Amino acid sequence: MKTVPLADAVAMIPDGARIVVGGFLSVGTPDRLMDELVRQRKRDLTLIANDTARPGVGVGKLVDAKCVRHVIVSHIGTNPETQRQMMAHEVTVELVPQGTLIERIRAGGYGLGGVLTPTGVGTLVEQGKQKIEVEGTTYLLETALKADFALVHAFLADYQGNLAYALTARNYNPVVAMAAETVIATADHIVPVGVIAPDHVVTPAPLVDYIVANG
Amino acid sequence: MDPSTVIAKRIARELKSGMLVNLGIGIPTLVAGFEPPDVQVFFHSENGLIGTGAIPAEGMAHPTLTDAGGRPVTALPGASTFDSAISFGFMRGGHVDVTVLGGLQVDQQGHLANWMIPGKMVPGMGGAMDLATGAKRVIVAMQHMAKGQPKIVNTCTLPITSARRVDCVVTELALIRFASGNAVLAEIAPGVSVDEVMAATEAELVVSDDLCEMQL
Repeated sequence: MKTVPLADAVAMIPDGARIVVGGFLSVGTPDRLMDELVRQRKRDLTLIANDTARPGVGVGKLVDAKCVRHVIVSHIGTNPETQRQMMAHEVTVELVPQGTLIERIRAGGYGLGGVLTPTGVGTLVEQGKQKIEVEGTTYLLETALKADFALVHAFLADYQGNLAYALTARNYNPVVAMAAETVIATADHIVPVGVIAPDHVVTPAPLVDYIVANG
Repeated sequence: MDPSTVIAKRIARELKSGMLVNLGIGIPTLVAGFEPPDVQVFFHSENGLIGTGAIPAEGMAHPTLTDAGGRPVTALPGASTFDSAISFGFMRGGHVDVTVLGGLQVDQQGHLANWMIPGKMVPGMGGAMDLATGAKRVIVAMQHMAKGQPKIVNTCTLPITSARRVDCVVTELALIRFASGNAVLAEIAPGVSVDEVMAATEAELVVSDDLCEMQL
């Protein structure tokens, strides 16, 4: 793990990269990374996240600033700007049931080809997907998702990169931290090794490539 | 009593101590306010919280303690937080005892449509499909009609949320069960006649032998 300044962390992310971002309606989203992606005028990103938050908030900032070409999310209902760009064909949107989305990301990080889920069987979601029957129940095969970069926000990060999360800001963060080539984390507090007890580490240090310096 | 209150009060009577309960957005959220005083359930929020409490007092909100709508909430003693994979494992895995969901349409067999209106409203399904598919019991909370049109229909014209059928629908007029594969009129709201319910419903209703008045 290396500690890097904010601008250097974001400079590693090229235009057209596939990013997976923690957060649920912006709670637990690494906001400083969002602001810096906008400032560096990144373009054509593929965004994988739970939702597109609201205009001006969380990953919604990336949509506002036209950083994003394709989004894979469970919900865009809180962001009229995403809907407007979708109607104007500026952004393409893949909507995925939330439980399926998080499992597809988990599968990507856990070395699985995908998951079998009953969610979506018999609905529009099953279109184009393989159906598999196991012991009398029909499931959809939902394939794994991985990204080039995972952008994670933690409550605590120690000097080695162990991460712990706060309350409902945990959400997608520990799952996305497994599912990308390069993991960049911000934290509310960067603390000495040992402050986060082994039992309280949620994301172990070897997963984290870069901690963004605070201040 | 306004329609939403009738619906929420009736559904609240389904809550039993120890149940794990997930409430959807809209009328379902109101159910928590009518939890009987001698009953204590665990409320599950899909963003990763069990033990969701009331809205915090002025000045006591915390930015990382929120509900599925991103609004500040409190956490009750015994609460727990977890990641989204676990949260949806609770739903699909059958660990949520009851979910209460809003509805656009419910059909004769109990199929729910509540996530999109093609060409008009495409917000994304969020957690609705997982809840409708995986919770042990699915209760739909909705008004009986919308703009003068029945919402309990022969066949859903809107895209359905799950192939799994809901257990019952509670409206301001009636409680309708689907356990037998038919739409069975089980309860009618105080002051409402069977004929009124029939007139407001497109689906064919079977009147239960045990038809009774809704207790509120």
